[in-house]
Amino acid sequence: MTHTRKTLVVAGHGMVGHRFVQAAIERGLTERFDVVVVGEEPRPAYDRVALTSFFSASTADELSLLPEGQYDDPRVRLLLDTTVTAVDRDTRTVALDDGQLLGFDVLVLATGAAPFVPPVPGRDLDGCFVYRTIEDLEAIREAAAMATTGAVIGGGLLGLEAANALVQLGLDTHVVEMAPRLMPVQLDPAGGATLVRHIEKLGVTVHTGAATSSVLGSDEAAGAPAGRVTGLALAEGATVPAEVVVFSAGIRPRDGLARECGLDVAERGGVLVDEQCRTRDAGIFAIGECAAPAGRMYGLVAPGYQMAEVVVDVLLDGLGGFTGADMSTKLKLLGVDVASFGDAFATTDGALELVFADAVAGIYKKLVVSADGSRLLGGVLVGDASAYGVLRPMVSSGMDLPENPEELILPAARGTAQVGMPDGAVVCSCNNVTKGTICSTIDAQGCADLPCAKACTRAGTTCGSCLPVVKNLLTERLEAGGRRVATGICEHFDLTRQELFDLVSVHGYRRFDDIVEAHGRGRGCDVCKPAIASILASQLNGHVLDADTAALQDTNDAYLANIQRNGTYSVVPRVPGGEITPEKLIVIGEVARDFGLYTKITGGQRIDLFGARMEELPAIWRRLVDAGFESGHAYGKSLRTVKSCVGSTWCRYGVQDSVQLAIDLELRYRGLRSPHKLKGGVSGCARECAEARSKDFGVIATEKGWNLYVCGNGGATPAHAQLLAGDLSTEDLVRYLDRFLLYYVRTADRLQRTSTWLGTIDGGLDRVREIVVDDALGLGAQLEADMARHVDTYVDEWKATLDDSDKLARFVSFVNAPGTPDPNITFTTERGQIRPATLDQPVDLGASIPVGAP
Amino acid sequence: MTQEEWQPVCPVEELEVERGVTALVHGQALAIFRTHDDSVYALGNYDPFAKASVLARGIVGTRGDVPFVASPMHKHAFDLRTGRCLDDDHVAVPSYEVKVVDGLVHVGPRLLA
Repeated sequence: MTHTRKTLVVAGHGMVGHRFVQAAIERGLTERFDVVVVGEEPRPAYDRVALTSFFSASTADELSLLPEGQYDDPRVRLLLDTTVTAVDRDTRTVALDDGQLLGFDVLVLATGAAPFVPPVPGRDLDGCFVYRTIEDLEAIREAAAMATTGAVIGGGLLGLEAANALVQLGLDTHVVEMAPRLMPVQLDPAGGATLVRHIEKLGVTVHTGAATSSVLGSDEAAGAPAGRVTGLALAEGATVPAEVVVFSAGIRPRDGLARECGLDVAERGGVLVDEQCRTRDAGIFAIGECAAPAGRMYGLVAPGYQMAEVVVDVLLDGLGGFTGADMSTKLKLLGVDVASFGDAFATTDGALELVFADAVAGIYKKLVVSADGSRLLGGVLVGDASAYGVLRPMVSSGMDLPENPEELILPAARGTAQVGMPDGAVVCSCNNVTKGTICSTIDAQGCADLPCAKACTRAGTTCGSCLPVVKNLLTERLEAGGRRVATGICEHFDLTRQELFDLVSVHGYRRFDDIVEAHGRGRGCDVCKPAIASILASQLNGHVLDADTAALQDTNDAYLANIQRNGTYSVVPRVPGGEITPEKLIVIGEVARDFGLYTKITGGQRIDLFGARMEELPAIWRRLVDAGFESGHAYGKSLRTVKSCVGSTWCRYGVQDSVQLAIDLELRYRGLRSPHKLKGGVSGCARECAEARSKDFGVIATEKGWNLYVCGNGGATPAHAQLLAGDLSTEDLVRYLDRFLLYYVRTADRLQRTSTWLGTIDGGLDRVREIVVDDALGLGAQLEADMARHVDTYVDEWKATLDDSDKLARFVSFVNAPGTPDPNITFTTERGQIRPATLDQPVDLGASIPVGAP
Repeated sequence: MTQEEWQPVCPVEELEVERGVTALVHGQALAIFRTHDDSVYALGNYDPFAKASVLARGIVGTRGDVPFVASPMHKHAFDLRTGRCLDDDHVAVPSYEVKVVDGLVHVGPRLLA
């Protein structure tokens, strides 16, 4: 009966259920099973860990783990808004709330957990919420719109996330925690106290050691509508004002289906499963927060993912097993770094503690070491978790501590210990990469820099917390092989592009010769010359063909056009925002016709004219400039286009005028030379027809303003732009964009697109947001002034070229026969237009063309 | 006119330093370069990798002590003195003798590799 396909039912479509289905598809389980996934929420799985970011997202789709709405495998069926109500183990069926019965051969329970609401009086009043689903957040947002105060009951991880959400919603926020400190599961008293000081600075009032005795409600006598929350009464008699109350006092596994069909559950809840995540019924598994392997429930997503992989493995007859998870945690809460790992509470017999605390800076670090001081057992970090990447693997590998372990947590200025980890130590826990693998891969692949080491080993490519360690290992391997980490851009400079940029800025250099004499060697090359040309152009905004810089320009900048296969050029006039009049379209058509050019519409909403000989470029541009066109910089490492959809002017869905904004932005940033090309997009509503999120900067209209996304690109390795800031006024949008673009121009490597650049920044998008939005480096005013200068000094470089006989002199075919076109360029025709004809060797005119003496 | 003859091309002052121009010499498109030390070199303009007549439009620089031009197409580097490709030993472009007389650049016969 090998032809009979079996049915696998997954109950629950949260993060873990989704991961299970994904793994089932990727690893070929759907070759043998038809999969039915039943999810009770109205939408497919979404990133619950990032739930708070829902408030800054324009739509719920941004959190979605399955934005397409269905799996790319016809053997997987996803039922949403549907609940499994019962499991019948005898008939091997599950019942759904819409009355259907589904047969199963294998059932995977991934029903997750439910928020625990303590049984205090008043908990059902209007204005009481839990914090688990997008619907919960929508309800909280709606209630917050009419409130000024809010309180969160529970000061754990999730409670602080909820508090963050209330702060974002503009509420005067209180956190009430029954334990004597915040995050009681992860932090010790001193760590918790340090965290309180950080959080109170943000305007949150923290009440620890405070039990809530009841939720207070209004009564009609007080003049307010009855049944609405007004505050909390604490056990010691105090009251906390709150019009919005969020319960976040822990979670309970949703194990009801298992209980009702007679499966075993753990003492403290959770479906009891073995190492293979199998229940007492061999055909039923449980994974994620609803499961209790060996009687213990895990409230983090990473162990849930591990369980999902284990069950796929088991169903493929593999040997997977779940034997417990690393419960180490590192996160940023309300902007504060917090990490807890291993035996954070020193419960091991004889364990000793080593503590560094700086109350002024708000930093607390504790190491827990074994009684003989030889091994690290765990620790707590608050305010500065940079050592986490080094410390956590030391715990999991059980390696010997260095002689002065305090060096591990002292501030960097006091010296950071180099750590000789064993090869088996896991450095990157996101991708499970060991030190041994990293070192051998660096050696085998000959990696010479961090991006290469990341790409080859996958270490540091997810959360990035281990990157300092990967960098150290790289340096160590290169030094062992007698090499150095290559940071210079080429053989002529031992400097990075950023260092060159700063040198040029500090010394005010204007010529390559001065720079290479003072800071380099030789006469430069095709790497450093265009890089320096770009730096000079970014800072001075001079004409790229000025005498001092013309010889530095790369192929395309040198002739202000894009060189093509046969040595001819293509010409792209600027069409800001993609908006063009019929008259201008006709001019482009006439120019193309008169010069015999091949025409094609570009992806950036303009028109490309191909097949122009170099010496024809000035005549072509004369016509275009006279008709009001200017350079489109399609040839430059500079702003290309800002693509737009038609927006609210015409589109019946549009909520803002995307065309006007795209034109304004394109005209503002035109001509800005940058480390790589820059593209922008503006969409007039969330339907995103301008594909703005595939651009270096993308703007999407909201009812209230604009959402700004950064660091996306199409191409070989597409990247979605990420939300930098939401609901901005046009003025704020432009200010943030000015800062973002020039910070990128200053600090990126040569030929580094914004998405790759983002990957090299310690702290990633959060850091960029701190710099651009919060102005953490105090650079904002400078960057805005630099951009203002760019805007003020912009000139159309094609018009300036036409007005300058020295610059025009470059555009000749032969210096000694200016009237003779290069015979090496020939065309054939295809589909009614020209195309290049390929020559296998240079054309010899012999003596057929007379050449005049100079 | 034969390939053995010397042919005047242009005043050396018309050559931009560390940039090239194209000249029609011996019936061929040649790339003429002037380096920072005021030496003048002539190579065939045809890039054998890209199969296009473009070398004069490349960036001129040095690799170690070797003066070179990087093709504008795919950045293959050619030794200005010999035409040898620095990235692929098996490939070379023609190189020509050059002299500057009374401020005029003259291109002579092809150099034998």
